[in-house]
Amino acid sequence: MSEELQEGVVKKMMYLNRKAPYGTVYALESLEVVLIGAAFDQDVSLAFVDDGVYQILNGQNTTKDSGIGMKDFSPTYKALGDYDITKLYVEKESLEERGLSADDLMDLVYEDEDDDWAEKPSIILVSREELADVMDEQEVVFSF
Amino acid sequence: MKFGILVNEGPYQHQASDTAYQFTKAALAQGHEIFRVFFYHDGVYNATSISAPPQDDRNVAQQWADLAEEHNLDLVVCVAAALRRGILDEEQAQKSSNTTYNLETKEGNGFRISGLGQLLEAGIQADRLVTFGD
Repeated sequence: MSEELQEGVVKKMMYLNRKAPYGTVYALESLEVVLIGAAFDQDVSLAFVDDGVYQILNGQNTTKDSGIGMKDFSPTYKALGDYDITKLYVEKESLEERGLSADDLMDLVYEDEDDDWAEKPSIILVSREELADVMDEQEVVFSF
Repeated sequence: MKFGILVNEGPYQHQASDTAYQFTKAALAQGHEIFRVFFYHDGVYNATSISAPPQDDRNVAQQWADLAEEHNLDLVVCVAAALRRGILDEEQAQKSSNTTYNLETKEGNGFRISGLGQLLEAGIQADRLVTFGD
């Protein structure tokens, strides 16, 4: 098998997050793929659409003290910048349909190594139409 | 064409595994290559070797194992997803101090437990990664 492996292949890879963070396990397990995948040095982006926008909502608290008793994995999104995952597309229409705006989202940033480690926003607000174009450019889409 | 297959749902509850199986079978019949089938989320339940469905119904886990034997398929079950759901092979059972296991990695049964890197590799190496699930 090893002789088949293409060394140094870099693909445009998108993780498409469509589900609310709790209620089903898709969001948590999607994040686990993202973190493992960071080691593969691919051209990675994340997209948040439909109820997936709730995944990066500010002020989540699901821990034991809150009475819900679920692992709150929302802090992990804040660490994505350290994994060189810097493109988080958020669909405007999905926010609007849920009465949300960009102000309701976590402040997700990364440090740009090409710009003296300046802190820059990771979230890219896009329209449904724009996101369709970005998706069209991808070679692999992991849809969760 | 070289396909990677991702199965994200368990057997019977959801059609995803059946459809993935039919797709894989049809692709092989047409001479395509299946790089790997990866089982994630509740899809790990497809790897159980102790399911016992009624005789007049298909055995989803068994038909994957049979197809793997026939075509030498690589069926990979995500270790993290499997462990939290109680799908264990002998090695994982020992590591987690369980006295029993339910994923038989016998010769010819193509299922094996491994990490998420195997899914990433399928995405990178295959011409197309096809996802089956919700």
